Amino acid sequence: MIKTDILIIGAGPTGLFTVFEAGLLKLKCHLIDALPQPGGQCSEIYPKKPIYDIPAFPEVLAGDLVDNLMKQIEPFQPGFTLGERAQTIDKQDDGSFIVTTNKGTKHHAPIVAIAGGLGSFEPRKPPITGISEYEDKGVEYIIRDPEVYRDKNVIIAGGGDSALDWSIFLTDVASSVTLIHRRNEFRGALDSVEKVQELKNLGKIELITPAEVIDVYGKESIEGVSIKRGADVFNRDCDHFIPLFGLAPKLGPIADWGLEIEKNAIKVDNSLDYQTNIPGIYAIGDVNTYPGKLKLILCGFHEATLMCQSAYQRIFPDKRYVMKYTTVGGVEGFDGSKRQAPKAVVKAIN
Amino acid sequence: MQDIKITIIDREGTSHQVDAPTDMNMNLMEVVRSYELAPEGTIGVCGGMAMCASCQCYVQSDHELPEMSYDEDLMLAEAFHVQDNSRLGCQIHINSEMDGLQVELAPES
Repeated sequence: MIKTDILIIGAGPTGLFTVFEAGLLKLKCHLIDALPQPGGQCSEIYPKKPIYDIPAFPEVLAGDLVDNLMKQIEPFQPGFTLGERAQTIDKQDDGSFIVTTNKGTKHHAPIVAIAGGLGSFEPRKPPITGISEYEDKGVEYIIRDPEVYRDKNVIIAGGGDSALDWSIFLTDVASSVTLIHRRNEFRGALDSVEKVQELKNLGKIELITPAEVIDVYGKESIEGVSIKRGADVFNRDCDHFIPLFGLAPKLGPIADWGLEIEKNAIKVDNSLDYQTNIPGIYAIGDVNTYPGKLKLILCGFHEATLMCQSAYQRIFPDKRYVMKYTTVGGVEGFDGSKRQAPKAVVKAIN
Repeated sequence: MQDIKITIIDREGTSHQVDAPTDMNMNLMEVVRSYELAPEGTIGVCGGMAMCASCQCYVQSDHELPEMSYDEDLMLAEAFHVQDNSRLGCQIHINSEMDGLQVELAPES
């Protein structure tokens, strides 16, 4: 069981900055994120795009913002559970919470801060009738273990990096690889596109473009797909069909935690501390809603800061504390590091 | 500058005629959100970067719209429910020539 003071769900910019503000109050944090890397949307969707409204940064790339946040929180030694989605929450008799992920990892904390953005990133599923019946029976939206495909006939659909990269990878594993895309052009990195071209020329990848899968068939498990190319519709047998159309955020299991939901977001008390209707559970950043809410990174930072003060009071109801400026108090890391403003030298001039 | 009229058919099939400003650098996705014609979280998910297709719409009037960028074209290549008249709302910046534009929101996916 992982124990911490503030369990943060979502490792996007708001979640990461929470670690800093909590650290100033000597509170330790642990973050859970469904993505395999920290940064949330900034890392997953637009790492190379500039942001112009972070105070004091005239321009910063989303990926650099995340790198800077990671550097800023390093002294506070946050823990990470990455690649796992927060699934269930159980309130304990003492008012604390146990949050369990989809992989069974348990986390125990007196405070839960949901900084989940638009939700956890889930694969986008193509609207093919009946496809859900074959999920995990030959239809997979994520490749977890490539060995599953050894000596199998695999059909991949999609035109982005993951479709290209997995098609390339699986040529060494599967007995046949077919890649289907609606266009002749691909959206992936040039290297990957050229590699697929080369493998196609060598006969190791069959490319079917411009075409799309419109149906799936099979008895117990998938046995093939129907493909539409222009006016032609034809069947192609396979052992596995892997649609790779990227990820989209969904609020997911958090929606079932008994929290008040409005406009696909968690309602919070913005006049006070961004607490939800369940005491001890806060929601900050894009995942929350209140009158006048703006989904901006800078608003998430503000919400995280106020939320940490409230969390401190909740954990230590009898302690008195006032906010200190870092310029005055410096930053003392849990790793023993200390950063502070240099002291002025007083020396008389004769 | 004058506002223009745009007709937006929501995902339930209801038609809404709305006023859209031409001087606020707004795009069609933002107009839909400002009138709350699709639930938050189901449209403009990527914020308007042509990276998610949640604002896909079908252009029903015969307005000449700005040409599709490479990014929009490739995103639509990976989107679902795509038709010949599909566009990404976030890539259509409102201007005075779009008065009377009629679009239908594509299903959520």
